[in-house]
Amino acid sequence: MQTGRHVLESAEFRRLVAGRWRVSLALTGLLFILYYGYIILIATNRQLVSRPVSGATTTGILLATAVIAGAWVLTAAYVVWANRQYDPAVAELRARAEKR
Amino acid sequence: MQTSLGSPTLSAIVSFLVIVALTLAVTYWAARRTRSTRDFYAAGRSISPFQNGLALAGDYMSAASFLGIAGLVALRGYDGMIYATGWLVGWPALMFLIAEPLRNLGKFTFADVVAFRLRQVPVRVAAAFGGILTLLFYVLAQMVGAGNLITLMFGLPYEWAVIIVGVVMLAYVLFGGMIATTWVQIIKAILLLFGVTVLTVLVLSRFNFSPGELYSAVAARYGQTALEPGGLVSDPVDAISLGLALMFGLLGLPHILMRFYTVPNARAARSSVLYATGFIGYFYLIIPIVGFGASALVGREIIRKVDSGGNMAAPLVAELLGGTPFLGFIAAVAFATILAVVAGLTLAGASALSHDIFTHAIRKGHATEHEQIRVARIATVAFGLIAVVLGILFKGQNVAFMVGLAFAIAASGNFPALLLSIVWSRFNTAGAVWSIVSGALMAVILIGLSPTIRVDLLHYATPMFPLRNPAIVSMPVGFLVGIIASLVTREPEAEARFHDEKLRTYLGIGAE
Repeated sequence: MQTGRHVLESAEFRRLVAGRWRVSLALTGLLFILYYGYIILIATNRQLVSRPVSGATTTGILLATAVIAGAWVLTAAYVVWANRQYDPAVAELRARAEKR
Repeated sequence: MQTSLGSPTLSAIVSFLVIVALTLAVTYWAARRTRSTRDFYAAGRSISPFQNGLALAGDYMSAASFLGIAGLVALRGYDGMIYATGWLVGWPALMFLIAEPLRNLGKFTFADVVAFRLRQVPVRVAAAFGGILTLLFYVLAQMVGAGNLITLMFGLPYEWAVIIVGVVMLAYVLFGGMIATTWVQIIKAILLLFGVTVLTVLVLSRFNFSPGELYSAVAARYGQTALEPGGLVSDPVDAISLGLALMFGLLGLPHILMRFYTVPNARAARSSVLYATGFIGYFYLIIPIVGFGASALVGREIIRKVDSGGNMAAPLVAELLGGTPFLGFIAAVAFATILAVVAGLTLAGASALSHDIFTHAIRKGHATEHEQIRVARIATVAFGLIAVVLGILFKGQNVAFMVGLAFAIAASGNFPALLLSIVWSRFNTAGAVWSIVSGALMAVILIGLSPTIRVDLLHYATPMFPLRNPAIVSMPVGFLVGIIASLVTREPEAEARFHDEKLRTYLGIGAE
């Protein structure tokens, strides 16, 4: 499959791949901060997590809810980026590779 | 509180028969559409992102997470919530790291991706080994859980329960392949989400629809400690290790990964993860409310008396709030959940045996469609029989740790090889084989030396490995061995083919 060689070596393709991993790894980093940050917070600052915010509801309950909501928001952010930025760039490079 | 749990009530039997009849009708319809290997393994790549999102959620939300997490929250309070969050966080990681490359590079199994530019026979055999090992521990835990739960809920003898699960799910997979399995997952996911939603609304209706009042009721009965972290995160290293296994184990579960081949392209794969994350996140948000509701309304003492593990918390609160008919419905939904998960595992196991071992390792890719489907069906029966026999052999054993073990093997054996094959040009056959074998074996050995087996099961005074969850050690081992084995050997053909692979990974050129 030599058809795509010129695309493979193009600056646009390199930018596409580098950009894809930059976004992926940044979001993975945020996911790590969100989830492992939550676990480490429970392990190191039990008092904060146990503090009631209103009535019997503790900070911990809000945090758990925020981790679940945050995980979904990060996933949605990736989809929005991929649909708006990544897909059009892919379509263009693909057309170029197949036209030759 | 009087309970009709453990006796087969009319509503339970009717709900169960309706679900089985519906899913078998779907199987009959699917069987007439299953002609090629593409239909059998990948539902003709005709599933929509929304449907696949539901099916992924169906594959993932097992009876263990429905009944188990509700029970954990009921008996141990906030710790159950911490545990529930860990089950969701793999999904974003799956999206960011492998969903789209996986769809672009593979055909039917994750081994297609690992073996894409490497030597077929050794890589296929190693990937099938890692995949089948993961699936066997997973299916064993499901089967023993199924036998116990069905005995508890319907009063059926354990062996009969296991055999019924085996026979019905074999009918789905054998005749309807991936088309039937997908629709069974969709039906199950809708029933489960509907059932748990109704249960949540019923619980909240007792507390003026205010979660705050529910938490106050729990605190009034069992003290404020029920809403504070308990013993689950007492050792942060072990907690992070568990988190790593849950997060990256998902990225190496063969039955989940194979769902990505049922959608037409990478964009559809991406959308299906977003839907799945939405359904699963919603599920883990509301399941703790059911658990807290059970402890506030039913009481921990009664829950513990019916089942010391707390698994009957959700059915008990369902009976209290919705009467025997609603309990029957929830019990039937739990049964459907087990059937669907076991069907998904069996199809993935059969694919590893037939597509990776038979077609690629034994026949070197030269087998007719007719032969491949025949072998896939034989492999389905073989895997299903093994599941039933294991389920019966392990009757009465404590197998709860096996799901954790399955996730640890997937995270340490399957995931490193999968990721490295996608991103690293120097990754080669030696790296893939050694990575999968060492990561998977390391996870098994460390669990064997851990407190879970050494102290809890074998009653030694001290463990030989301090952590209950091995992933924090075994996953880096999988990566390191893969990298070192690749660096000390050279495979110029594999490096040369990486360029073509990149066009397919990122642009989808030549994707199936």
